[in-house]
Amino acid sequence: MPEKKQTVPFSGTKEQEEALLQVIAGLKDEPGALMPILQKAQDIYGYLPMEVQKMISDETGIPLEKIYGVVTFYSQFSLSPKGKYRISVCLGTACYVKGSGDIYNALMEKLGIVGGECTPDGKFSLDACRCVGACGLAPVMMVNDEVYGRLTVDDIDDILAKYE
Amino acid sequence: MKSLEELREIREKAKKHVCRYRVHVCGGTGCTSSGSLRIIERLEKEIKANGLEEDVEIVKTGCFGLCALGPIMIVHPEGSFYSMVKEEDIPEIVSEHLKNGNVVKRLLYEETTKTEHILPLEETNFYKKQHRVALRNCGEISPEHIEEYIGVGGYEALGKVLTEMTPQDVIQVITDSGLRGRGGAGFPTGLKWKFAAANEADQKYVCCNADEGDPGAFMDRSVLEGDPHAVLEAMTIAGYAIGATQGYIYVRAEYPIAVQRLEIAISQSREMGLLGDDIFGTGFKFDIGLRLGAGAFVCGEETALMTSIEGNRGEPRPRPPFPALKGLFQKPTILNNVETYANIPQIIINGPEWFSSMGTEKSKGTKVFALGGKIHNTGLVEIPMGTTLREIVEEIGGGVPNGKKFKAAQTGGPSGGCIPAEHLDVPIDYDNLIAIGSMMGSGGLIVMDEDTCMVDIAKFFLEFTVDESCGKCTPCRIGTRRMLEILEKITKGKATMEDLDKLEELCYHLKSNSLCALGQTAPNPVISTLRYFRDEYIAHIVDKKCPAGVCKDLLQYKIDADKCKGCTLCSRVCPAGAIVGSVKEPHMINSEKCLKCGACMEKCRFGAIYKE
Repeated sequence: MPEKKQTVPFSGTKEQEEALLQVIAGLKDEPGALMPILQKAQDIYGYLPMEVQKMISDETGIPLEKIYGVVTFYSQFSLSPKGKYRISVCLGTACYVKGSGDIYNALMEKLGIVGGECTPDGKFSLDACRCVGACGLAPVMMVNDEVYGRLTVDDIDDILAKYE
Repeated sequence: MKSLEELREIREKAKKHVCRYRVHVCGGTGCTSSGSLRIIERLEKEIKANGLEEDVEIVKTGCFGLCALGPIMIVHPEGSFYSMVKEEDIPEIVSEHLKNGNVVKRLLYEETTKTEHILPLEETNFYKKQHRVALRNCGEISPEHIEEYIGVGGYEALGKVLTEMTPQDVIQVITDSGLRGRGGAGFPTGLKWKFAAANEADQKYVCCNADEGDPGAFMDRSVLEGDPHAVLEAMTIAGYAIGATQGYIYVRAEYPIAVQRLEIAISQSREMGLLGDDIFGTGFKFDIGLRLGAGAFVCGEETALMTSIEGNRGEPRPRPPFPALKGLFQKPTILNNVETYANIPQIIINGPEWFSSMGTEKSKGTKVFALGGKIHNTGLVEIPMGTTLREIVEEIGGGVPNGKKFKAAQTGGPSGGCIPAEHLDVPIDYDNLIAIGSMMGSGGLIVMDEDTCMVDIAKFFLEFTVDESCGKCTPCRIGTRRMLEILEKITKGKATMEDLDKLEELCYHLKSNSLCALGQTAPNPVISTLRYFRDEYIAHIVDKKCPAGVCKDLLQYKIDADKCKGCTLCSRVCPAGAIVGSVKEPHMINSEKCLKCGACMEKCRFGAIYKE
């Protein structure tokens, strides 16, 4: 697998920081608050760079290495920013037996990136996911929140063109 | 909510509110993905334009089950079933059906229109063998309005439990019903509750496992999207039974609609006093919090799930101590699956005998399956235990499309196995499935046809477990990877028969030495495909052939010289320049240059290109 391209410099705003501090203040005393805080933080920043993890550590007193451990354990937390259009191809069993593997490969080829990466212009990022639950439409891919179903490799160009 | 009378008043009021037509549009994930929300918008617009606001009520419901035909819309009272509805069909349906009372026959689900009278939905092949218990309200009520749930008898069971029964009574009823855990392992639910009730503690917890990670399974999601209050009611009943005051639902973040409906349901229940202090005026208090997963399959394992709720890496811990003694935050805890909970209120209302009258000797009640893969009627089905796989695949599912032959059904996801055609007539229950080398699992049922390579499927599941192994214990972390490497060798035609022996040995080690069920069951897809499709493994290893024509490294594209007209189309589409030949002469594929992309085969108009 080719190496992953990195790293975009952190560019958090004052508003984002305030929103984060507010979230932490609201959840801090709940048992097991770290996961909800990280989820909200990712909503605010779009990803969880070191800078954000440090802020969470400073505010909650949870050691940074524990936070980093949690962030890297779960596949939904991302250390790098995602594209403007996040493409995820379902590689769940129902989609896989209907050929979603070919769709995924074709997307990697067309976008020139591997799964987990973002195109250099920041436009598209590509991920594989396990079952969005729309198995009746298999094979399925999502672009942000829009679901495209009953796909063939030939449909990909038209779908990507919508977002160009 | 201070008394049962108050609840019944709300129910009567909900029942009285009746329009001439009640239009149900599926708002589950499947139909939403095929555009049902746009259908609802258009309906609202057309109804307004026709001045029918007083006569027609639009209800956004949960899943009807027949996801393959979405978006789905059902018009009550008569139950006309419109399938694959398009936005442009709406004006006609509104003006003809809802205004003039004439059903638009050409837009109905085809099977219901074949007879002289329109066939009721319950009599179609897809529905006639089904029996909906856990899915009873899915597609029937609006999941976003608590009054609708109360209108169909909701929260009556909780009222009965709190005002008429002792915790021991409740546990006895659940035990007598024979209900077993629907998450896959099939542990008796009543027994689980009894253990937790027996342990004294200052705090206990009731958890709900809604981390449906098995790819291709969407039963729990559909229950949460279609009937979230049933789960809340059941958890509150469980809280009363074991003596807990706090519940947690751990739900996948990949299910945004389910999460949203749960949030709405929890806040409505709190508002109505069905969660909180002094429920039904009995002094009993209970509340439920929502915790979102973050994409880790292992968190479906009970100890890992609790570790994750505590805010840690979701790694499992050794048992004992079992959660009934030391679970969440080290306190006695019960964890049940969504579908298990969805059965509870009805067991309380209808009695344990009603529930245990369904099913087989050791597996009572019904089971929901998510039917997917190479099958006509993809969707959600609920059948009494003891139904055969053949009934599900051939009758309910409508068989394998495109005239292909059924090869196997996969149940239990990455922990389960493949069931071949010879076992299609085995009645489905927990014990029978284990005896034929698979397992019930949470209910994913993927159908595979002759074009599916069983070695490739085993490899697919191992890729999944390698990805999802948490890494805490060595047998699983290293073992799954070594197994995957051998499977990759086999699919590339580079393996020997000794590799196959090693693979089988590894299966045994993983099963007996892994810490949690993820590693212990990870070899199952390999074991079961080896058991029933060993000849396919041998074909890959000895003959260097993939009988299903899936494994690219073992394929060769060839041109049938008798069929080839020499049109040159294939040589023009070949990205590798591997096809040579002159105009009007049979062409040839240079197998050394061929990338095996299949573009030539797709484009050939004479069917002259084949693979072997």
